[in-house]
Amino acid sequence: MSILPRRTCLYDAQIAAGARFIDFGGWDMPVQFTSIIDEHQTVRSAVGVFDISHMGEIFVSGPGALTWLQKVLSNDLRKCPVGSSQYTFLLNENGGVIDDLIVYRLAENHYLLLVNAAKIDEDRAWLMAHKADDVDLDDRSESMGGLAIQGPGSAEVFTRLFDLPLPTRNTCMVLSFADSDIIAAGTGYTGESGFELFFPANVATALWSAVLSAGAKPCGLGARDTLRLEMCYPLNGSDLSPARTPLEAGLGIFVSFDKGDFIGREALRAQKNRGLEVRLCALKMAEKSPPPRAHYPVIHGDAVVGETTSGVLSPSLNEGIALAYLPTPLSQPRQKLYLDIRGRKFAAEVVNKPFYRPSSAQN
Amino acid sequence: MNVPEPLRYAESHEWISLDGEIGTVGITDHAQNELTDIVYVDPPKIGATLVAGQPAAVVESVKAASDIYSPVDGVVLEVNEALSNDPALVNTSPYEQGWLFKVKLSTPSQVDALKDAAAYRSQIGS
Repeated sequence: MSILPRRTCLYDAQIAAGARFIDFGGWDMPVQFTSIIDEHQTVRSAVGVFDISHMGEIFVSGPGALTWLQKVLSNDLRKCPVGSSQYTFLLNENGGVIDDLIVYRLAENHYLLLVNAAKIDEDRAWLMAHKADDVDLDDRSESMGGLAIQGPGSAEVFTRLFDLPLPTRNTCMVLSFADSDIIAAGTGYTGESGFELFFPANVATALWSAVLSAGAKPCGLGARDTLRLEMCYPLNGSDLSPARTPLEAGLGIFVSFDKGDFIGREALRAQKNRGLEVRLCALKMAEKSPPPRAHYPVIHGDAVVGETTSGVLSPSLNEGIALAYLPTPLSQPRQKLYLDIRGRKFAAEVVNKPFYRPSSAQN
Repeated sequence: MNVPEPLRYAESHEWISLDGEIGTVGITDHAQNELTDIVYVDPPKIGATLVAGQPAAVVESVKAASDIYSPVDGVVLEVNEALSNDPALVNTSPYEQGWLFKVKLSTPSQVDALKDAAAYRSQIGS
């Protein structure tokens, strides 16, 4: 394995657009172009585009695809008709999260699993190890790129590109661009209306240029993180891990107990019956403080009761926001707590999710 | 990048201007540009003893918290209260309104060992 950071098919195009790069899970990714705050506001008020080519595309097909995916994923794909998509989990036997992903159902027995960049190899290995004979897996992560176009102006960008109306939330379709088939979907990670495109790497640069010409402004992973955190969308590796379950993360609606057996089901059922000991809570700072960040201790009384998994100064609210797994008795909104920031205690409070409700929203 | 002539510079991207034995300290234009979007400044405590090369303040951007090192030994006399409400002054005016703290130097000649503008320019390739 190479120790050099990997670059997406849009690396050169993004250098030209003024990107600053950081290492993100082994990838050289743009953290920002102009400013994280500017890019954040662009997505909340206009339209921005993110390179998501580092993410993994694993295609699943074959006569047994549906039956098999029902066994390896937590959500119920019977609720995901052809031309739609679904958020779901790949779980271990203990109900812990290997990865969170989106399944796009492209045809009756043809699915795209969009997985996290840092988990591509692990997910593929897990899927191969549990594969059924009548299922084919095809990991095209290396040869495909992705773009997320997000914000109230994204419908206009989509129409300029494809002369079609914006796909409605969670739908997906195959379109043609520069003689290549590309997948377009009404999905995203910002809470705004928007769409995502998945395409062969050879059309990446042309598509990037077309999206910019249609009015979207380049945005980096910095804004992607502040945008998703305002929505309380989890980031695997920070807010999710093999030691945490979707129930603890407050994402039980993406786990279907009544669809039949799936990996992790027994452990989750047992956890549900026992009652949850911890829950992933939204915390807002209740006094002026440094911005919360991941791994700050959460204090109640004299005890450390948890630590933040993500945190940031919310650009939309201009308030410190964070996520933390807290003991169930301390997980209710209006619960007063403290964050320990560099040895000083700052007041915080559990609040309802999400922190922010976008104007151009959906769901 | 702006690197004003009369100031002295630490390799860790702080500047100091000296008036008698009182030094005013901030971060350079290059440093604010690298840090981007400064959203919080944690200043030293007034009266605190600073040691050259040791952390004296924390400057936080959206993405990260960065230690700011004291370029000299001394005692903190004053901190820039304006940054409490407007930390972005460090971005917009790093050498004027965005100064971080004033320090009474225990050994004013320490400043002579810091870089002059030409040496700092060459360090940052500007």
